[in-house]
Amino acid sequence: MKLHEFQAKQVLARAGISIPEGRVATTPAEAEAAATALGLPVVVKAQVHVGGRGKAGGVKLAKTAAEATSAAQAILGMDIKGFTVRRVYVERAAKIAKELYLGITIDRDRRRAVVMLSTVGGMDIEDVAATQPEKIARGWPDALLGLQGYAARGLCFTAGVPEAQRDAVAAIARQLYGVFRATDAMTIEINPLFIQEDGSVVAGDAKLEVDDNALYRQPELAKLKETQPNEEQEERAKALGFSYVQLDGEVGIIGNGAGLVMSTLDAVKNAGGHAANFLDVGGGAKESVVKAALEIVLANPKVKSVFINIFGGITRGDEVAKGILAVLHDTKPKVPLVIRLSGTEAEAGRALLEGARLVSRATMDEAATEAVRLAR
Amino acid sequence: MLVGAQTRLLVQGLGREGAFHAGRMLEYGTKVVGAAKPGKGGTKQDGIPLFDSVAQAVDATGANASIIFVPAAGAPDAILEALDAQLDLVVAITEGIAVHEMLTIASVLEKSASVLVGPNCPGLISPGTAKVGIMPAENFSPGPVGFVSRSGTLTYEIADLLTKAGLGQTTCIGIGGDPIIGLPTPDAVRYLNEDPDTEVIVIVGEIGGSAEERAAEYMRAFAKKPAVAFIAGRSAPPGKRMGHAGAIVSGNSGTAASKVSAFEAAGIPVATAPSEIPGMVTRALAGR
Repeated sequence: MKLHEFQAKQVLARAGISIPEGRVATTPAEAEAAATALGLPVVVKAQVHVGGRGKAGGVKLAKTAAEATSAAQAILGMDIKGFTVRRVYVERAAKIAKELYLGITIDRDRRRAVVMLSTVGGMDIEDVAATQPEKIARGWPDALLGLQGYAARGLCFTAGVPEAQRDAVAAIARQLYGVFRATDAMTIEINPLFIQEDGSVVAGDAKLEVDDNALYRQPELAKLKETQPNEEQEERAKALGFSYVQLDGEVGIIGNGAGLVMSTLDAVKNAGGHAANFLDVGGGAKESVVKAALEIVLANPKVKSVFINIFGGITRGDEVAKGILAVLHDTKPKVPLVIRLSGTEAEAGRALLEGARLVSRATMDEAATEAVRLAR
Repeated sequence: MLVGAQTRLLVQGLGREGAFHAGRMLEYGTKVVGAAKPGKGGTKQDGIPLFDSVAQAVDATGANASIIFVPAAGAPDAILEALDAQLDLVVAITEGIAVHEMLTIASVLEKSASVLVGPNCPGLISPGTAKVGIMPAENFSPGPVGFVSRSGTLTYEIADLLTKAGLGQTTCIGIGGDPIIGLPTPDAVRYLNEDPDTEVIVIVGEIGGSAEERAAEYMRAFAKKPAVAFIAGRSAPPGKRMGHAGAIVSGNSGTAASKVSAFEAAGIPVATAPSEIPGMVTRALAGR
């Protein structure tokens, strides 16, 4: 789950990290009032859950209250990579002497957090990592020890942080690590971290993504969850206990088990088609879940055929068949269904489906070929 | 190997799911010697002796392994309790454990001699000998193939294809679909490479992370036997989490293309569909 910059900055501020003064605005008039109250110049920034807003024109400097109004007018309602801007953050402009990068994420290979510090700030850190890896200092604190003082200082030396700011930046790194652990963050980032003309260090931007599996114990952060219009189906599916991802193709997919569903998507591609979605009904899906899953897939207007691929273990073929029959009975789908049932109670399932309006195939490859053919 | 006749298994989380699978494991012949159920020590459930803690259960039964069904919020505590009792093998079936809990557990594992398999995994089976997991046993059969996989159902599917082709298995290790797991692909492959009964290794990976690349690197240097690989999610777009918490391509990292080329560079052929795997395994066995 992603937080907006202004929300992430509040979290940082509570942990003692300096942030420029700022206010949220949802109208140009509010932006003007915020600019006047904060003192000029200000920066007006789109608050959306997607990177690259600066390049998209979602960040503007305003030297006068009138400029702040027109900046907010331009940015509010703007579409940035499919996300509509509903709020701007108006922030007193920092007096920038230097920009740093500071971020912490999960290193899957080392099974530790990785703290990254660089004096090349403001840029896409993945580009820096690819082209100038030596510019990023990295540390991997032991989860039981945390980021110790010597380790944070060591990062500052390696990265070449100016001497005057070394202690301040090391302290911010340790505070940020504290926030990373306390918020169950997948990624936390201050990019850029400003060194101002007066030598002070403030967070210019803030990114915080929280582990969805930890939201149960992060009730304050969980309240900040926002569902985009294009994510509503995915949220509906999650509430029903299965995972759904919308894709661009024409063959709707239902299967059990994430690996099997991924392989089903691949089988459709091997057969020359494209999957319209990923949908894993999970283990032991009952009739009602299968029915709900099929309804979600059929609700996508791009779907021209549906491929149901079940390898029964805990999931029973007869339960799956009953769910499909319920949909066939209630809604009369306009697109053809192709099913491949194998494993537990597959024969019972196939017997139930005898005479129903669908195509049954014995193997995953054959069923994929048929689903792709019928989608043409 | 990791499981076998020597395995004396405890269950942590003997709820509805745990009790069901404890029954299936007993039927398979696994020695389920007890279960930890705080507050119920001294009683029995379905004939299984209950203990207040893992430590007490180990003292009383000589258990050397545990399987965990405790729900996500309590599972990290259960895993740490099992590691504290110095069991040889801990298998965590639970899905949805917070990543930061796994960072703490990974730190404990760095100083522990125990092997943790999972979380979010189907467990392990040495067909014909012992099952410490939730897989449907009828898809598996004894034989020379060592099998490691990040998924659940896909593992059953491929085991079924192998079994129907007359290719039985030494051990199947379902390592789990989370970003941080106890026994990552390279470590599981190392067990199978060192196992004298395993003649060929099947490695089933998926998008996300770079464990497959490291496994390929390991095999390039140390392979004692042939291997065949399969990567699920070749058609998945970047930035989308495909069901498993760990199955996501982030930027240029975790792509199927990178994994496929790493295996090919190590001389390990990569199947484009599960149905190709039995034929490739047969050829690998014939070409030794």
